[in-house]
Amino acid sequence: MNTLFAIFIYISTLVFVVGLLQRIRNYAGTPAPLKIPTTPAPVTNGGVVLRMTREVAFFESLFKGNLWTWAAGWLFHYSMLLVVFRHLRYFTEPVWGWVDFIQPFGIYAGITMLAGLLGLLARRIFVDRIRYISTPSDILMLILLIGIAASGLLMKFVGHPDVIMVKNFFIGLMHLHVESLPDNFVLYLHLTMVFTLLFIFPMSKLLHAPGLFFSPSRNQADNPREKRHIAPWAAKMESEK
Amino acid sequence: MADIAPPAYRTFPIIPELKPGAMEGKGPFVAPDKINEALGFPGHLVDDWHDKAIAKMGDLLSRYRSLKVYMDACVHCGACSDKCHYFIGTQDPKNMPVARQDLMRSVYRRYFTLPGKLFPKLVGACDLTREVLDEWFNYYHQCSECRRCSVFCPYGIDTAEVTMAAREILDSVGYGQKYSNEIIGKVHKIGNNLGLPGPALEDTLSGLEEDVKDATGVDVRFPIDVKGAEVLLITPSADFFAEPHIDSLIGYAKVFHATGTSWTLSSMSSEAGNFGLFIGNYDQLRTIAMRIRQAALELGVKRIVVGECGHAWRVAYSFWNTLTGVGDGADPNDRFAQMLQKQLDHRYKQPAHICEFTWDMIQDERLVFDKSKNDKYVITFHDSCNVARGSNMGGYPGGQFDIPRNIIRAVANNFVEMDSSTTFERTFCCGGGGGLLTDDLMDVRVKGALPRMEMLQQVKDENGVNFMACICAICKAQFTKVLPIYGFDRKVIGGVHQLVSNAIQLGNK
Repeated sequence: MNTLFAIFIYISTLVFVVGLLQRIRNYAGTPAPLKIPTTPAPVTNGGVVLRMTREVAFFESLFKGNLWTWAAGWLFHYSMLLVVFRHLRYFTEPVWGWVDFIQPFGIYAGITMLAGLLGLLARRIFVDRIRYISTPSDILMLILLIGIAASGLLMKFVGHPDVIMVKNFFIGLMHLHVESLPDNFVLYLHLTMVFTLLFIFPMSKLLHAPGLFFSPSRNQADNPREKRHIAPWAAKMESEK
Repeated sequence: MADIAPPAYRTFPIIPELKPGAMEGKGPFVAPDKINEALGFPGHLVDDWHDKAIAKMGDLLSRYRSLKVYMDACVHCGACSDKCHYFIGTQDPKNMPVARQDLMRSVYRRYFTLPGKLFPKLVGACDLTREVLDEWFNYYHQCSECRRCSVFCPYGIDTAEVTMAAREILDSVGYGQKYSNEIIGKVHKIGNNLGLPGPALEDTLSGLEEDVKDATGVDVRFPIDVKGAEVLLITPSADFFAEPHIDSLIGYAKVFHATGTSWTLSSMSSEAGNFGLFIGNYDQLRTIAMRIRQAALELGVKRIVVGECGHAWRVAYSFWNTLTGVGDGADPNDRFAQMLQKQLDHRYKQPAHICEFTWDMIQDERLVFDKSKNDKYVITFHDSCNVARGSNMGGYPGGQFDIPRNIIRAVANNFVEMDSSTTFERTFCCGGGGGLLTDDLMDVRVKGALPRMEMLQQVKDENGVNFMACICAICKAQFTKVLPIYGFDRKVIGGVHQLVSNAIQLGNK
């Protein structure tokens, strides 16, 4: 059982890493033939870095677009980030100082993450327009994340599995040998959902994460008059005549 | 046309209810064989359109990072869902930007992603059927490529890019739109969108010289094909004869006259508009823009200035350097671009907008105005979508908003802003952009104008606004037609240089 589960984890992780790298290579290798930043846009590369930072850190555009979605979305994403950081303690020995420091905050973040997700789900159910555009996979994706957050909180506040064993299991996997996991149903559920999420990441809308960094309307400097921008396939047209 | 009633104003700009299917079958005329073939497209829908369309989509996905990323990145968050003027005006849910994109995204998922191949229902993927293709034609011609949705998208997804890709796929299988393709054919054949031949143009210009002489007593020239002129003016051909466009053309001429600038138009390249943008076709975009390069080289001009036209300014500002080398900063080994860039005067931005030119002259105190000449007007400014969200002026972000307003304030006393949720980067399209300025789309155009009309009504009621200035030929043509339907005088719309023309003092300096 443990071996089978370990194989599932390895495969998911592999699909996640290789799939994501392949996707990123694909985005990076596809030319952007025209300058299409949504203006007003920064005119320098430094300005672009700032614009992207604001997008990533504060979801600036979404803030302009819809306050409720922004609030729920931002709460969910940054809570999850804190939760992920908190989980680093299962993969590091000794545990890094800052990971140790954020442990209590990570717990609260688990709760706010769940709150954010429920907010996003509520929109899909109760707002006409959002219900119209939602596909079954949109809903399932939220349910999966809600399941992950809820099962995690359940283990924290109700049935504590032996976390030392969990840690040994993952440190073991990192050194390519399989230790046993504590016999805890919620733990298995939690891990299955987490690694399912990683598995589907590179072939689903979760690609919005790398996608943002490659979005020409956001990552291009607005300097078309100052510098000639031309894609290789377009430059060929000039030699053909 | 007479039977088209405008939708009622919303008492409070609330988000409208969904009316599924409201705009089904409201698309434009399909292009006949001759019009398509003139552009090198198949004359009518080819037999193997399915395979050809999918192959074309694959080709575009490999050449445009925008399309590739935008197909993957959408999470259906809905931030864009209430931002489109066509959705607000028509209430058809497929006019929500995300739903319009999904018409293509669902096909992308089916043919280009593993989950879509395995579980189409689950991820909302679907086969490209004839019904789907018809929906593309219908709804991708109810998008004016105005980019308002992209302002609010957390990933910057720009529906304009998706619409352009869809139209290019449709063209590649012989399912083109009559209006845009017909106009592109005219540019190739004659040199401008209106099909105005050189002699007619010369006639019009000499007529204008007489008119201005009669009105002002001053000999303002409208030169054409003058070799060695400093400035080549490229302006939308509507400026040559349409109302109120022509009043802005007179304004440009007066600015050139008053500043002693030698300038010329070109009969061969008498069009700033570039409908290649609307159909998303790089070849067409480039071929049309090449006329400007050719004219600049032949006439030996030092500067290229672009008249009041929204999408033309986007193409000129953002794409001309890429397409034709009109600009600066080409690689030293880039012989194609260097040929032209060596000729141009790089103390100035190339190309420059006429508003940049005029504002520079105002700052240099080379123009004198009698502002009271515009006192009959209470003026507001409508930001045109392509200028606002697809370009800049003055070389700094937001210059495209400041400079036209600065000019208005320099030539007139009464200026008020419309509601800030509908100006600057949040401006609403006039409803006629992106290749929709055709009578067969009148229903869509009237409904799409709703958000702008609401705000115009507001400043009319509160501030007595009776003139809406803009810098776009399409906005001018669209509003001239739509304003009366909403109960305004058609003369409420006009150009910034029309105001300049009213106030400028000739012969004082």
